[in-house]
Amino acid sequence: MTQGTAVVTAVDTHCPYCALQCGMRLDATRVSPREFPVNGGGLCQKGWTSGELLRHPSRLTTPLVRVDGELRPASWDDALDLVARRLAALRAEHGADSVAVFGGGGLTNEKAYLLGKFARVALGTSQIDYNGRFCMSSAAAAGLRAFGADRGLPFPVTDLAGADVVLLAGANPAETMPPFLQHLRGAELIVVDPRRTATAEQAALHLAPAPGTDLALALGILHAVVADGHLRQSYVDERTAGFAEVWRIAAAWWPERVERVTGVAAADQRAAAALLAGARNAYVLTARGTEQHATGTATVGAWINLALALGLPGREGSGFGCLTGQGNGQGGREHGQKADQLPGYRRIDDPAAREHVAGVWGVPAESLPGPGRSATELLDALGREDGPRALLVFGSNVVVSAPRSSGVQDRLSAVDFLVVADFVLSETAALADVVLPVTQWAEEDGTLTNLEGRILMRRKAIDAPAGVRTDLDVLSGLASRLGQPAERFPADAASVFTELRAASKGGVADYSGVTYERLRSGEALHWPVPAEDHPGTPRMFLDRFAHPDGRARFVPVDHSGPAESPDAEFPLQATTGRVLQHYQSGAQTRRIPELLDVVPEVFVEVHPDTATRHGLAEGDLALVRSRRGETTARVRCVGTLRPDLVFLPFHFPGAGRANLLTNPALDPVSRMPEFKVCAVSLSRLEGAA
Amino acid sequence: MSPRDVVIVGYGMAGARLADEIRRRDPGADRVRLTVLGAEPHPAYNRVLLSAVVAGGMTAESVQLHDPGWAEKADVDLRLGTAVSRIDRAARCVELADESTVDYDALVLATGANPWIPPVEGLEGDGVVAFRSLDDCSRILEAARFGAPVAVLGGGLLGLEAARGLAGRGNVVTVVHPMPHVMERQLDGGAGHVLARQLTELGVTFRFGATAARYLPGDGLKLDDGSLVPADLVVVAAGVRAETALAEAAGLDVDMGVLVDDLLRTNDGRIHALGDCARHPGAPPGLVQPAWDQAAVLADVLTGTDAAARYRGTSAVTRLKAKGIDLAALGETQITADDAEAEVLTFSDATGGRYAKLVSRGNRVTGAILLGLPDAAARITQLHDRGIPLPEDRLAVLLGRSLPPGSTAAASPADLPASTVICRCNAVTKGRLVEAWKAGAADTPALARATRATTGCGSCTAAVGGIAEWLAAQ
Repeated sequence: MTQGTAVVTAVDTHCPYCALQCGMRLDATRVSPREFPVNGGGLCQKGWTSGELLRHPSRLTTPLVRVDGELRPASWDDALDLVARRLAALRAEHGADSVAVFGGGGLTNEKAYLLGKFARVALGTSQIDYNGRFCMSSAAAAGLRAFGADRGLPFPVTDLAGADVVLLAGANPAETMPPFLQHLRGAELIVVDPRRTATAEQAALHLAPAPGTDLALALGILHAVVADGHLRQSYVDERTAGFAEVWRIAAAWWPERVERVTGVAAADQRAAAALLAGARNAYVLTARGTEQHATGTATVGAWINLALALGLPGREGSGFGCLTGQGNGQGGREHGQKADQLPGYRRIDDPAAREHVAGVWGVPAESLPGPGRSATELLDALGREDGPRALLVFGSNVVVSAPRSSGVQDRLSAVDFLVVADFVLSETAALADVVLPVTQWAEEDGTLTNLEGRILMRRKAIDAPAGVRTDLDVLSGLASRLGQPAERFPADAASVFTELRAASKGGVADYSGVTYERLRSGEALHWPVPAEDHPGTPRMFLDRFAHPDGRARFVPVDHSGPAESPDAEFPLQATTGRVLQHYQSGAQTRRIPELLDVVPEVFVEVHPDTATRHGLAEGDLALVRSRRGETTARVRCVGTLRPDLVFLPFHFPGAGRANLLTNPALDPVSRMPEFKVCAVSLSRLEGAA
Repeated sequence: MSPRDVVIVGYGMAGARLADEIRRRDPGADRVRLTVLGAEPHPAYNRVLLSAVVAGGMTAESVQLHDPGWAEKADVDLRLGTAVSRIDRAARCVELADESTVDYDALVLATGANPWIPPVEGLEGDGVVAFRSLDDCSRILEAARFGAPVAVLGGGLLGLEAARGLAGRGNVVTVVHPMPHVMERQLDGGAGHVLARQLTELGVTFRFGATAARYLPGDGLKLDDGSLVPADLVVVAAGVRAETALAEAAGLDVDMGVLVDDLLRTNDGRIHALGDCARHPGAPPGLVQPAWDQAAVLADVLTGTDAAARYRGTSAVTRLKAKGIDLAALGETQITADDAEAEVLTFSDATGGRYAKLVSRGNRVTGAILLGLPDAAARITQLHDRGIPLPEDRLAVLLGRSLPPGSTAAASPADLPASTVICRCNAVTKGRLVEAWKAGAADTPALARATRATTGCGSCTAAVGGIAEWLAAQ
């Protein structure tokens, strides 16, 4: 691959971090905001400083190969030859499923697509999944069940500006996607969050359920909607199915009973119902706080049921949506890096889907493997008897981001061969046998699909440092070494995208009408875009939902509570989340001094009374323990916190990993782990100052 | 192993819940073959919501506990309009009105309770309705024309809910209560008086310390002091009596209810009882929650899901479901401030319709009454249920919300410490803005360029402008 010509003028691009994908301009490594609908010219501190990582001294510029226990520089040919040789040998000896692949929601559509194809065709393995399983899987599963299609926001973000009332369930955009708040300025906010977050501070009504009880709260509000005469009966009759069964469940959750379980006053539940019902335009939006539970799919389903009872989804100016997290969290879940999925949001166990995709790939349908393990199960199976013996990681830092992370570290150490492609030596890369240095966002072309299902072009703005290759180039190089014809794994984004279009054609997420030319010209294309002369679909479901009969489904769900309850040994509950200055595992943002200055290390928020009872004061180092591990964190006293709850951000490595504590109990549908609640104890770190 | 035959006598809230809990544990009917015998011809409904039916929010259909096709789907032999006439313990069967029998391996009595009608002349005739069943609700709604006078006998929970609902529908309501204040079982005198005052403002009249002597339809309700309460309708809410006739006839131990142990067993190990017909020392009477807690335990026992399951009692929270009134009472509420061991906080605001009482021992909540303080009620119930130590700031607990620190709304920029973050999105402090201003950034756009303040969500734009103006005026 040639490096392309050096670009000297400023290039319009998008922020490398969250799913809002703020418009920005990049001049060399200098960032400035630009007008774009989602951010209206705004950027948060992460966006402003995102250029600094492009020329960061800790950038990897040469492949590393572990020799005698140490990672040493190697040539690309040596590294790729070694990887291909080892993978081929493992495959020959132990079968195709002995090699596993782990992707990420930050990868471009092209990379996500090619990674899925690489796994299924070049490796022939069913063992591929990605970190979106930790992020969007519950919302996606619930959206599919209710609406027949999953697009985070099935309407443009800017529609929110016309809302009178917005309910945010487990969303903290003031911290996680600040420029998003400008769309909510005209609305009264109902914020559902156990903590009084920066977002909750702005709410007209803050509902603070005990962790793990959101589903009961949604049932209580639904009950109040019906009991207080707010049910949109004509909408329920004409556009939905299944209300009766859902009501039988909600009828047993009268607000006073829900108050007992959740701690949210019955009066506030009724007030929320009345606010939503009284609005001309209203939205219900969910995010990780309500989704990252072992009951996440059911919980999102309960919020959808509420929205349906109020007649919001599929109505212009109102709706239901989830706020996608990672930069390409939407596109990343559509193109086949998920264990049960083929491109175009197709199911891998659907014979017609297999036939179509195999046709595009030029392989027999029966050669495609079936569904594999989901992320948590995949990581847990590594190095075990029937589990994979090698793992390739692209765009993910699982040592920090996966639940019960000490276990993940053990599993990674148990595999025969670990390959990590990253642009810095992340905590996961540091454990690898081979590390492949890859390009960053501004150094390559590619598309992403933002939280509203709009496909965006991220153009190459600067040359990558010498020695760095794109992920596509890496996959192409490995595929040819594994005996694949070169044309089957092209290394340039435009060719991959052309193929992606064909593979997605006719699927739920149909990109076949999207071209690089249309994107470059600034067209706002929201999928599905089934033809080159199709204008895209900014608002889905206005006429019908995506189920065959056109109706949305009420899905019967009931409250069961967190997987782990506090007891004498672990009397408190812990929840995890984000801070504004850091992104995901922090592998990128912790390397930027300006961000690290503001939040330099992990902390634990504790109610001042609880801190005092445990002999702790503001600034002390505390040991937080769960059944799975312990985390050291600095105490921050927060008077608005429930006395039985502590909070930790999960962006930090080593002994400060919040995910050392978290519970890998899985949602039965989405396989989402229970990140948001576990039982813990708190004590003073002995020997600490 | 072939499934056991479990027969539930009674298809009310307890019986229906038990059937649900059993099928949740045994969806394939592998362990339990289930028969439910309901004496009434109509399906089970949610009694908790009856006051909403009277008040007008709910319909008879919407309070049903099961869909019409439930029994078939759940593989339950449900027989409505089927009264049991006898239990034959020796033959392990129940006999029905038509003399047919149903065999059981385990029998569950869920026969509920019946309203108690005081032995007063005229109360057995027309114009008198108990407030217990769905049929009672329709009778009340038929009889209580708009503006008609109604007397409610009994100022307990149900009586007050009925009174509030009827007053809201435009009836002239008088509550006749033999005790000196309402809800004396759950409330102390102070709370009772504030509550009665609130209901009075909502149009309810009270006659305390009075009992009915005679009801003359068309005339009214005569009280024992000789006065007359106008009443086209009398709603009786004077308490209930457990329905124990079958149990007594079968020789089971009964004392104000069928006596049961922690496995919900009667003195015949094959016969269980739960809900309002049963009496367990830990179960407060008249509430649904104990019945549901018992149903979960009994389902564990009958399906063999959890052999260690035991019912240890229910710590109930009493909630009055009356529009415009928010009342919660739990635990020990009659303790007074002179109690040596308990810490008691009280707060009374009759004008504002608010009353709070918080009883704690060893820093744990042991009792509370919260009227007109919904946030405090929710929070204190959580402290109580979860055994969370009571926060130091007792007043904040009673207020229901601690004030967020630094909620200094509209403070002048001069009063803010330099470390105050003005722009959260870009972590810009007041100090940094002052620095930038001194370096020549004189207005909001210039400050934004210099510090990035306002360039995130934009909600601090006014605050940044305020700081620029304040600096300019220095």
